[in-house]
Amino acid sequence: MDQPLVIVRDLRLQFRTYAGIVHALNGIDLEIYEQDMLGLVGETGCGKSMTGLSILGLVPRGGEIVSGSIRFRGEDLLTKPESYMQQVRGARIAMVFQDPATSLNPLFTVGQQLETVMQRHHPAAKNEMRDRALELLKVVELPDPARILDTYPHELSGGMKQRASIAIALSCGADLLIADEPTTDLDVTVQAQILDLLRRLRETQGIAILMITHDLSVVAETCQRVAVLYAGQVVESGPVDDVLFEAKHPYTRALLKASPKRSSRGQPLQAIPGTVPSGLQPLEGCSFAPRCPHAMEVCSQPPPRASVAPAHAVYCFLYTDAEGT
Amino acid sequence: MNEIAETDRTPEVQVQVKNLVKHFVQRSGFLERNPGIVRAVDGVSFEIQRKRTLGLVGESGCGKTTIGRCVLRLLEPTAGEVTFEGVDVLGLSGRRLRRIRRDMQMVFQNPYSSLDPRMTVLNIVGEPLQTHTSLNHGRIRERVVELLEHVGMSGDHIYRYPHEFSGGQLQRIAVARALALNPKFLVLDEPTAALDVSVQAQVIAQLMQLQRDLDLTYLFISHNLTLVHYISDTIAVTYLGKIIEYAEADEIFDNPIHPYTQALLSATPSLDREFRQQRVILGGRVPDPANPPPGCVFHPRCPGTTDQCSKVEPHLVDVGGNHLVSCHL
Amino acid sequence: MTMNHEETSRQAQSAWGARFLEYRLMWRALRRDRLAVISLAIILVFVLAAVFAPSLAPYPDQALGKANLSEKLDPPSATHLLGTDDLGRDVLSRILYGSRPSLSIGIFVVGLAMIIGTPLGAIAGYAGGWLDQVIMRITDIFLSFPALLLAIAISAALGASFFNAMLSITLTWWPWYTRLARAQAVSLKEQTFIEASRAIGVPGFTIIRRHIIPNVLTPALVQATMDIGSAVLMGSALSFVGLGVQLPRADWGNMLNVARLYFSDGPWFAIFPGLAILLIAMCFNLLGDGVRDVLDPQSRRTG
Repeated sequence: MDQPLVIVRDLRLQFRTYAGIVHALNGIDLEIYEQDMLGLVGETGCGKSMTGLSILGLVPRGGEIVSGSIRFRGEDLLTKPESYMQQVRGARIAMVFQDPATSLNPLFTVGQQLETVMQRHHPAAKNEMRDRALELLKVVELPDPARILDTYPHELSGGMKQRASIAIALSCGADLLIADEPTTDLDVTVQAQILDLLRRLRETQGIAILMITHDLSVVAETCQRVAVLYAGQVVESGPVDDVLFEAKHPYTRALLKASPKRSSRGQPLQAIPGTVPSGLQPLEGCSFAPRCPHAMEVCSQPPPRASVAPAHAVYCFLYTDAEGT
Repeated sequence: MNEIAETDRTPEVQVQVKNLVKHFVQRSGFLERNPGIVRAVDGVSFEIQRKRTLGLVGESGCGKTTIGRCVLRLLEPTAGEVTFEGVDVLGLSGRRLRRIRRDMQMVFQNPYSSLDPRMTVLNIVGEPLQTHTSLNHGRIRERVVELLEHVGMSGDHIYRYPHEFSGGQLQRIAVARALALNPKFLVLDEPTAALDVSVQAQVIAQLMQLQRDLDLTYLFISHNLTLVHYISDTIAVTYLGKIIEYAEADEIFDNPIHPYTQALLSATPSLDREFRQQRVILGGRVPDPANPPPGCVFHPRCPGTTDQCSKVEPHLVDVGGNHLVSCHL
Repeated sequence: MTMNHEETSRQAQSAWGARFLEYRLMWRALRRDRLAVISLAIILVFVLAAVFAPSLAPYPDQALGKANLSEKLDPPSATHLLGTDDLGRDVLSRILYGSRPSLSIGIFVVGLAMIIGTPLGAIAGYAGGWLDQVIMRITDIFLSFPALLLAIAISAALGASFFNAMLSITLTWWPWYTRLARAQAVSLKEQTFIEASRAIGVPGFTIIRRHIIPNVLTPALVQATMDIGSAVLMGSALSFVGLGVQLPRADWGNMLNVARLYFSDGPWFAIFPGLAILLIAMCFNLLGDGVRDVLDPQSRRTG
């Protein structure tokens, strides 16, 4: 494959809280390619949202990236000043959030919000921008786009709001769209529409999408590649079919066994014993070891990256022998 | 409405709902003359057999949550009948109503808000016992510990407060509370919607185990079709306050007849490679329950709609093997 | 500094242990708010002064009224730390004795108002319907009178005394707690845990007692803490116009009333009682802010 659009290496993020230091990200390694659809999947607290926010430099107050690099087209974004990042946000990398109701400003119409964003990065004459806005609304398949331009967010349904958010995200020609649980709050049928839209936009608009979600089945049906996160680390990554149907890492396998599938009727859903670490203890070795049925002595060391197939990587000692690393 | 025929082999019917209707009156604005009526539940009928699970599935606005609450009389239905073991639930009042509440309990969706944050676990799980029995403090405490252990939690937790627990644990406490009076019937309203997948597996496994151990009947309400299929014996698909299809769980998945069911199935993302279907992307969105379309409520979005569909409302018809569908096609 | 898990588990093994644990955590959280702690300290000083006034006051008999005309309006000195008043009485002693009625009015008024108003509001909010209407209309009637005027009117009608002052201020104050409790109850009514209790079959009144009122107490307590300061102010105002504590008994308000006439000759006579009132009102306010942040169990643990 050609050079990835985004390369994240050993990203470590910490938060200072009253209870102590929370280690939110413990060495994330990721690659996102051009026009890629990478799913970032994990349960609550695994750090998937924080990863997305880190790429955009939007880590909440109290958080500090203590090491690692995020290279976007070769440039390490972590070394850039805020003024540079402001140029990046929207124009090169854009984001869509989970709750469209709170990510759209209730006081402005959709058209106004589109124009505000365009004004920031590609200012043009008023009517030019309005035409572009109209085009964008058509691209996201909103019915009656001319009318929608002048409606307020609260007048739109959840699905329509999300489409509007996507339009705003696309308005300045971004190369990467980070979608943080974009369909979690939507009905299933609407979710199918939006996911379908995102898939098609990848081709028509030439963007890459980082799909952050907790729902494995969404990843299975929409993404090309997937990275599974646990306690701030990537435990497995690779093409979707490989990772989900030939899962190697014990956590991925446990997660799949715990997810109800059509074929699981009659079989017990296997829970994962124990609980997710709180992040207050600094990580030593494999984050999943305390709950892993195959844990060994050596798991108290950080697990190395093993390649079980081309492009399919697992971070687990169970597979290092195969590799010989 | 057709009823499901009882055969000798099937277990007896425990819960029976006939023509349940619940209308909410929309608060009219200052200058409006006609307050809108939201037909949250518009003529719903079903039966649940003893020790079985009926899954009620649908999207937002379909009325499934309202149905659950009406069956337990947490909301007063506008019309219809609810029968539990032969007793007309809606006709009861006062003492007799309180008595029957011992047999029918509910587990709510959000474990963070269904437990009083200012009460200890002991008081929360013990509240049903305090209300309905005359057990003393010591006996109540024993029973609460017993219940907690039954749902897989340690009795050490009884003096703790809800904010000290995780979502999965809270939900188990809620289940313990629901079981306190040895009910026969539980309504589970999206009990795992707020939980992670691995925690959900724990809670679901627990619920199914409890069903076997305690001979419980479940009404399982959820928007997650895959989950409903996993846990239910029979499934009823709701849309805009009506049941549009009803059948055994596998039958609904293998042989969906109603176009909405088909769309719902194909829209549900699946981890099973073999079951991935050709997408039927449903256009539009759920209409406003205050203003339902005439005729068949689904016809504006239905790919196969005919003239008749926009005029005449279809009824549930048995198309064979206890599979009911409400559609003209 | 942070408590570890084992420690908290052990403490939570019994009902009282759990309660105590909560209080300890509350205290820890409060300690972080410096202003609140300083305010609390100052308030405690005043309370102690009130309780031990007879022992602390250098001239107890003057505090009680004995005149000392030879030392009329003397400025602060070694013998009279805060000076003397128009009748030569030691200002410090009178302030110490005066803290008794001033503080107690604040505390009793607010306490009574809360005890009367909160349950009424909780019932009104939860029950709704005609009961709600009746209670709230009565509340509205009381609220429509300007508090101070109403207090003055009642006091005047009943006769000027400490007890009547307290009564009249309470009568103007309880409606605020009813309103507060009602608003809380209305929003609480929709909470799922209330629905759950109804599903269990808990009767309405028990729900109010067991669920609504404890959950309504937090904002009520916060409000109460801040209100004590205002109640002290109002008590002083009533005394100032002569409707509260009567001379020669000392009260900050009635001291001010006389002091204003002698301001040019002896400003200390007015300044110190005034300062006392100001300080108390401000401290209760700041403490109330701190208490509000602390009483939410969520913030106690993570904050």
